[in-house]
Amino acid sequence: MNVDLSRRSFLKLAGAGVAATSLGAMGFGEAEAAEAAHVRPFKLTTTTETRNTCPYCSVACGVIIYSKGDLRKGEAADIVHIEGDADHPTNRGTLCPKGAALKDFVKSPTRLKYPMHRKPGSDKFERISWDEAFDRIARLMKDDRDANFVATNAAGVPVNRWTTVGMLAASATTNETAWATFKFAKGLGIVGFDNQARV
Amino acid sequence: MTNSWTDIKNTDLVVVMGGNAAEAHPCGFKWVTEAKANRGAKLIVVDPRYTRTASVSDYYAPIRQGTDIAFLNGVMKYCIDNDKVQWEYMKAFTNASYIVKDGFGYKDGLFTGYDPEKRDYDKSTWDYVLGDDGFVTTDPTLQNPRCVWNLLKEHLAPYTPEMVERICGTPKDKFLKVAEMISECSSPTKTMTSMYALGWTQHSYGSQNIRAMAMLQLILGNIGVRGGGMNALRGHSNIQGLTDLGLMSHLLTGYLTMPTEKDVDFTTYMSTRQFKPLRPGQTSYWQNYRKFMVSFQKAMWGDAARADNDWAFNYIPKLDVPSYDVLRMFELMYQGKVNGYICQGFNPLLAFPNRDKNTEALSKLKWLITMDPLETETARFWENHGDFNPVDTVSIQTEVFQLPTTCFAEEDGSLTNSGRWLQWHWAGGTPPGEAQHDTYIIAQIFLRMRELYRKEGGAFPDPILNMSWDYADPNEPTAEELAKEINGRALTDLMDPTDPTKVQVAAGKQVLNFSQLRDDGSTMCGCWIYSGNFNEQGNNMARRDNHDPDDTGAYLGWSFAWPLNRRTLYNRASADLQGRPWDPSRKLLEWDGSKWTGYDIPDIAPTAKPEDVGPFIMNQEGTARLFTRGMMRDGPFPAHMEPFESPVANVFNPEMRGNPVSRVFETDVAQMGLSDEFPYAATSYRLTEHFHYWTKHNRVNSALQPEFFVEISEELAKEKNIGNGGWVRVWSKRGSVKAKAVVTKRIRPLMCDGKPVHVVGIPLHWGFTGSAKKGFGPNSLAPFVGDANIETPEYKAFLVNIEPSTAPQEATV
Repeated sequence: MNVDLSRRSFLKLAGAGVAATSLGAMGFGEAEAAEAAHVRPFKLTTTTETRNTCPYCSVACGVIIYSKGDLRKGEAADIVHIEGDADHPTNRGTLCPKGAALKDFVKSPTRLKYPMHRKPGSDKFERISWDEAFDRIARLMKDDRDANFVATNAAGVPVNRWTTVGMLAASATTNETAWATFKFAKGLGIVGFDNQARV
Repeated sequence: MTNSWTDIKNTDLVVVMGGNAAEAHPCGFKWVTEAKANRGAKLIVVDPRYTRTASVSDYYAPIRQGTDIAFLNGVMKYCIDNDKVQWEYMKAFTNASYIVKDGFGYKDGLFTGYDPEKRDYDKSTWDYVLGDDGFVTTDPTLQNPRCVWNLLKEHLAPYTPEMVERICGTPKDKFLKVAEMISECSSPTKTMTSMYALGWTQHSYGSQNIRAMAMLQLILGNIGVRGGGMNALRGHSNIQGLTDLGLMSHLLTGYLTMPTEKDVDFTTYMSTRQFKPLRPGQTSYWQNYRKFMVSFQKAMWGDAARADNDWAFNYIPKLDVPSYDVLRMFELMYQGKVNGYICQGFNPLLAFPNRDKNTEALSKLKWLITMDPLETETARFWENHGDFNPVDTVSIQTEVFQLPTTCFAEEDGSLTNSGRWLQWHWAGGTPPGEAQHDTYIIAQIFLRMRELYRKEGGAFPDPILNMSWDYADPNEPTAEELAKEINGRALTDLMDPTDPTKVQVAAGKQVLNFSQLRDDGSTMCGCWIYSGNFNEQGNNMARRDNHDPDDTGAYLGWSFAWPLNRRTLYNRASADLQGRPWDPSRKLLEWDGSKWTGYDIPDIAPTAKPEDVGPFIMNQEGTARLFTRGMMRDGPFPAHMEPFESPVANVFNPEMRGNPVSRVFETDVAQMGLSDEFPYAATSYRLTEHFHYWTKHNRVNSALQPEFFVEISEELAKEKNIGNGGWVRVWSKRGSVKAKAVVTKRIRPLMCDGKPVHVVGIPLHWGFTGSAKKGFGPNSLAPFVGDANIETPEYKAFLVNIEPSTAPQEATV
């Protein structure tokens, strides 16, 4: 398989070809030209390409995200397509039935959009602002830590652990998120701290 | 993985046991196809089900779930009995010649020192004989009856092909065919790779399953070579990374370990971790532990970690039990001893065994926080969904916060794949609604708590107030800033150890890699094994050079692999004692008379002479361990054990249930089923169209596999009068589910110890949220018990009963 000609340059080549060639020069008659005018332009030519990796299993296939709008220019970016990265040495452009449907994960109808709160005994979630949620959570956590923190054991040895609050970390988050999460959890003294590797 | 996905193309034989790569890791499995097409490699599948991996195999052998150790011990015995051993490799690179203490032995399914009250071993005899010089006594001739090799042969003696058939249900001729194919890979020019996943880990003796194969690979000389290795196909995109970074109860970063109450101060902590070499001239790399640990403490607490306060050692919590793993935490929660819980991208209501117990446990929480891009059953555990979640909503007093996070497509950062490649990715889309990055959410909670501690004081505020949080915008650390912290930097000018007049690394500069870390507080580093990921050369994880000189599959210019961009672990073992490649056509490294050269970063010092330094530098021995001393709780050799719920008794000790040293909580003992009430052997697995409980939110995948089902054989269907596509109820001692029955030839009854064993297959992708039809998962049925060493739940082998039934009912409003 030739991976030297990158997928990106191939697309550019193809795009340039279409733009530079008049339909007449290609030998189309009037009828064909009228027909061709109805063919919508290749939908990815005006999109921004971003390199990413599949978030499912840990083969970690390379993917390319196509979006309308460019985050790097400060624009909002709407993802319209995701496909395999042919330059990637492991998957060489292929994706499995899960990876091939990644756009529909990003756009899933059950993606969460707002912080929600369920009161004790309630049968529903209600909107809550981020600020309100953070303040309440920080208060709940501090109060529990202050009430239940174990500073020393019976022998007087400092043990500094907090066992009444636990945390599960996400094995689909980045290493960088994981490091921030690690600092947070271990720094507070949380010992009931695991990720999916335990299961 | 010791090797990488792309290296699999170099193999001669692929053994898939304890996994199903064609369905669970399809695009990685292409490298098996590549090896078959271009090298004429063969594929063997050993599995209770005729999986889609099996359907493209060269040879398939059925096995009863939970009996892999007996099978692999049988293969090892076959290889030894038939002189199919890579003798030179095995003698030089393992501890086969080491002499073991008198007293160590194995009888009636148990090793020396078992205490049934404590459910633990006294492991004092599980050790080497040490000479006066402090080094292990060895017998390179392998004549001493107490050397590891002879003890191993004795341990393997019962595992004859007849015994394998009796325990595993694998017909003798099929076992012998597999053993014969594997044994051919003892040739220095033939290699075998082991590809395994949760089919091996999710047992109460999962660690020993993996050990058995690792030992077989060592005997065959297949570790450290191209196309060889022990290749764990990790199940989540960054499960490797989160483990490397120590997001586990018993770990710190880079496999530094959490202190226990015995570690009363830093000196005591260090005294049991800086392992001295057990053989002359060996590296024992953990001698550098102190450098990594002090640099880690500096990364956590900066200037507050000083020599005069033990580097803030007391800021790290000390464990009073081996781990507060998820089973222990949910047991404590069930007992009402946990008040609050945070689930970041995790759905424990469906992920942990004994769902009814989980529901009760969560209901006892005062508060629960979930952070996820998607709805989860856990966030809505209080919501009634009829048979699918029959809870009394009003009585559940838990306050729940459901916080929306971004997903992969909306964030920058790196993920570590199975092959230890740290690959950077970039955000391509705007998050929906008010969804936020996890780093933002963590930072907000942390900063607000810190502010409360500043204002109000409280319990031991020091580790919070002094936490290093030195980011341009403390409200949201960037991925680059965090990656640089992980890599580490010099805090003062580091002078060159070989020329003290020269500055090696200037203050404030990133260290090149962990070789520059110091134990005097002059360096900081979040995770030593990752160091080199983001140094002064830039973000090495973002490298995208996909050239592969001589087509070795190494791709050294693509991303960054830990440690030190090394692609194959133990690669020094790819060459013989003179440093010549065992297989010249598959050279990885070669000694050129003064240094190691080749296609990979050598895992010993580049100038370490081949005859002096062993390849297994993380071990005190410098060699790999066929005998693990007292390092594993359930024995220095893998021994056959039955699952806690087994259709047959353990042939070595019919009284013994499960792993004799696994931790079992009292409330769970009563919830263990017996085979007279629950006669069928259940197992759990993934489907290729789904990923855990995420893709049921995806309309495409929901359309591909819309509905929960269980798989049974035609024989069992006939026996129980179950029709293909009909509703069945499947129940265990802990719970009950309703499913459509798929009656299939892919599962066949096995004959074990003279009786037929029927297998019930249960895929794991359904719940009560998302686009797919509502359904159940194996966790409603599986037992609340884990591996004796690491507490991974026994999801792959437990007992159920089955009968025809009616459809499950939705909630009636």
